[in-house]
Amino acid sequence: MRKAVSFILVVIIAIGIGFSLQEVPFGKTKSEVRKYYLEKGIEQTGATNIVTSVVVSYRGFDTLGEVTVLFIAAIGLSAVLYRKEERLKKEVRKSSLILYTGCRFLFPLIILFGAYIFIHGHLTPGGGFQGGAVIASAFLLTMLGCWRWGGINRNRFKITESLSGLIFVVVGLLGLLYGGYFLLNYLPKGMPNELFSAGIIPIIYIAIGFKVGSEITGIIDNMTRSG
Amino acid sequence: MILEVILVFVMLVAAIAAGIFKDLLNAIIATGFVSFLAAILFYFLQAPDVAMAEASIGAALTVAIFIIAIKKTKRFEEDEEGS
Repeated sequence: MRKAVSFILVVIIAIGIGFSLQEVPFGKTKSEVRKYYLEKGIEQTGATNIVTSVVVSYRGFDTLGEVTVLFIAAIGLSAVLYRKEERLKKEVRKSSLILYTGCRFLFPLIILFGAYIFIHGHLTPGGGFQGGAVIASAFLLTMLGCWRWGGINRNRFKITESLSGLIFVVVGLLGLLYGGYFLLNYLPKGMPNELFSAGIIPIIYIAIGFKVGSEITGIIDNMTRSG
Repeated sequence: MILEVILVFVMLVAAIAAGIFKDLLNAIIATGFVSFLAAILFYFLQAPDVAMAEASIGAALTVAIFIIAIKKTKRFEEDEEGS
């Protein structure tokens, strides 16, 4: 009975979505703003990667909201799962030589790649969120197979997270001070395609990279410690 | 073009399999596979930014978090009563 009802509901929803999407042309552009970004983006923000110029400069305030959502999620998880765990240390087994060596070899390379992604966020594809996720996956690797894992040093991660969030907000507020609106790009834009260009965009993306990396690592750490 | 169509069909099969599996570990691996194929598809559709995020978050971190959660709870889904 329940299955029949849910099947009918799914069919009704599918028909509704099908009808509502009938009029939408697929693959055709209707908005003019896309053209504006592509033509004026490099000139106005100095970032060669148009996606970055939209995410950090044109829609920078939305990105602040996104970072806040992730922060609240991490805080909620640690509020639910936080536990001072001593049991973990007894359970830890030493990994085999091949696993240990492979992990120790790969860990700095993955960290380097993540740092490359968010430092070059305004030049090449990628940015703070992607680089932070790559760094968190490096810590996940050490957690799975590497040296005797007693958990991360929580205080250092908390300080990194708070400091990078603070840098984002302070850089944005300085724009309010200089030119009258939040996240104004007040630093010199420099030449496009150079590492030191695009004003405040690299600073903000590096802060986001550190913040996302430490937050996701903290989430995984909380998951492994609890229960 | 033909490669993309094949990718989409394999994604569909993996997504349906993820819903059907009773062993939750298999279901998680199927969802990770969907994310992985989606990352490849994003790359083909010239969105490397999204592909990077999908590959690292969807295919690696989400799967790991789910597996940790399963380790703390139950692995097999039980049949619901009254069906």
